Amino acid sequence: MSTSAASAEPLLEVQDLATHFRVGGGFLRPARQVVRAVDGVSFSMQQGQTLGLVGESGCGKSTLGRTILRLIEPTAGSLRFEGRDITALSQAELRPLRRRMQIIFQDPYGSLNPRMTVRAAVGEAMRVHKLVSSRSEEEQRVAALLERVGLRPELMSRYPHEFSGGQRQRIGIARALAVEPRFIVADEPVSALDVSIQAQIVNLLMDLQDELGLSYLFVAHDLKVVEHVSHRVAVMYLGRIVEILPKREIAEGARHPYTQALRSAIPELDPKKRRTRTLLHGDVPSPIDPPAGCSFHPRCPIAEKGLCDRERPLLRQFGSDHFVACHLADRAERTANAGAGAAVLPAPGPV
Amino acid sequence: MNPDVNPDVNPTEEPLLEVSELRTVFDTGAGQVRAVDGVSFRLRKGGTLGIVGESGCGKSVMSLSILRLVPSPPGRIASGAIRFEGRDLLQLPERQMRALRGKSIAMIFQEPMTSLNPVYTVGDQIIEVLRLHEGMDKAAARARSIELLKLVGIPSPQTRVDSYPHELSGGMRQRVMIAMAIACKPKLLIADEPTTALDVTIQAQILELLAQLRQELGMSIVLITHDLGVVAEFVEEVIVMYAGQVVEHAPTAALFDKPLHPYTRGLLASVPGSVMAAHASAAAGKARLSTIEGMVPDLARLPPGCRFRDRCKSAIEVCAQREPPLVTLADGRRVACFVAQAAEQAAQPTADAGASA
Repeated sequence: MSTSAASAEPLLEVQDLATHFRVGGGFLRPARQVVRAVDGVSFSMQQGQTLGLVGESGCGKSTLGRTILRLIEPTAGSLRFEGRDITALSQAELRPLRRRMQIIFQDPYGSLNPRMTVRAAVGEAMRVHKLVSSRSEEEQRVAALLERVGLRPELMSRYPHEFSGGQRQRIGIARALAVEPRFIVADEPVSALDVSIQAQIVNLLMDLQDELGLSYLFVAHDLKVVEHVSHRVAVMYLGRIVEILPKREIAEGARHPYTQALRSAIPELDPKKRRTRTLLHGDVPSPIDPPAGCSFHPRCPIAEKGLCDRERPLLRQFGSDHFVACHLADRAERTANAGAGAAVLPAPGPV
Repeated sequence: MNPDVNPDVNPTEEPLLEVSELRTVFDTGAGQVRAVDGVSFRLRKGGTLGIVGESGCGKSVMSLSILRLVPSPPGRIASGAIRFEGRDLLQLPERQMRALRGKSIAMIFQEPMTSLNPVYTVGDQIIEVLRLHEGMDKAAARARSIELLKLVGIPSPQTRVDSYPHELSGGMRQRVMIAMAIACKPKLLIADEPTTALDVTIQAQILELLAQLRQELGMSIVLITHDLGVVAEFVEEVIVMYAGQVVEHAPTAALFDKPLHPYTRGLLASVPGSVMAAHASAAAGKARLSTIEGMVPDLARLPPGCRFRDRCKSAIEVCAQREPPLVTLADGRRVACFVAQAAEQAAQPTADAGASA
């Protein structure tokens, strides 16, 4: 559908995906409320690309990442991976596919078993998927992987607590790579790290992508990092994608007022370059009872009464690879005057 | 409201806070960890100072030392002086120190959920501060609490005063912490990573609030953070710490314009989207972030010479032999690096008779 995606079939296609959680019930009592963590999300991804997924706490970005891997079951919608519908596959049918899609977690402290050596942790996945035939082969491959992610192979007999945060994240990456995946969900992979270590991990992930042709869904709350690593960026708010746009357009061409506010809230590193800031008021509303109409309207600086509080905006296309869910997106050019004349199309399917 | 908020610094004016040669150590099984190792700085009345550095650089222990809140044992302040309004806090009896904490010097922490008591309403907790330090009666303290909650931007403060911490969002809890901190109009506010646990749009709100309160109350702020962007926007001068020591101290604009210490340069270049990062990736020919290789040294087993040497691309021979002292340059900036000092002295013809360039 989009011009830049003219190549082969997409690696991943997500269509109207929803993940709802029931909360509030008790023993023998029905759940009373529904949290709409992911609420109708559609997009697609090409092989070898990085799609950044940003949003604030509770917007559903991590749930979306995990639902795509079917670590959490979707409530509705469909998932196609490498052209195959995986929404209804059983866990047994999914197992061979798990080799091709992996996840890296935020907390390298919590995601490694403290009683397993690095060798065992990285080698385990190879054994499970029968990628190695002997112990010596396994050891060789673990050594090669560790080297690849920047750790000395001699360290493989050590336990996770003997490593620093950055090193543990490297182990997490080695573990994900052990099964030679094509697609990796990186869930806040650098959020817990200091900035100089963060840069090391970001560089490593980008080098691995170049070498191995990996595709990443890079989930993070830090727009600066996401902007750096991604080809395209999707912005989430209360369970929905409000804007999806090429990386180069974030700085000047963002059209959704939330994307603009998110961008302007990042403190500027150059003290001389103080911008006027779009300060959002209030907090993110509860996903249990999201506001009617556009769920961003109570905090939106340009919301219009009678429109934004009534009708839910759908994603509309602006430019070749840029979609915005805002009734007033045409007006956003006021603040962001990038090219790309607004070609208003009916609601797009996969982006 | 306050005549002290004057950008012209009078050098003869007594500073509000003066920390000299502060050493805070922890006695651990692995040896003595020198968490803060000879830190000195002064802060003028109404001024703002940022302390930046990565995990383990000693910035939080520094702030706890000022309030004498370092857990002891294993920690203790080994030497140095902390002069606040002329009095050395390290010599004060604990009773006087307690009267000072929360009254003249207040602190806000990173995680408001763990710093607020979950079994008392937020009102109770602010009322306690007011009754203790200001001797207010219950009714007056409650009325003042509501005023304070309003001041920090909490909607419907009359009802929120009776909320428990868990009923509030992260941003709201941090506002409550700030309300408690400013309840007694402190002269100095120490904010230790006040926005790190918050989302970026909420962070912007909280920083805006702190800036506004500083104007209104004329208080000085020490802001401790790992986020260089927050420092760039919020404070007048910056101290960069590495492995327990100050490696660079400069006015904010000067620091970001021309960082002198290799560690500061490395930090700035590793932030995605920074000007320096853009230069670095342009030089590398692709979108790579520049990194500081290696990691912070073990504070219990420090190498001789400069602590940053192992990770430093500009290190020279002398860096391995002697620890670089923190030298004040001609323009008043301070830097602890032999290479930077030599370069700056060569570039300053008026500074030394020996330097002619």
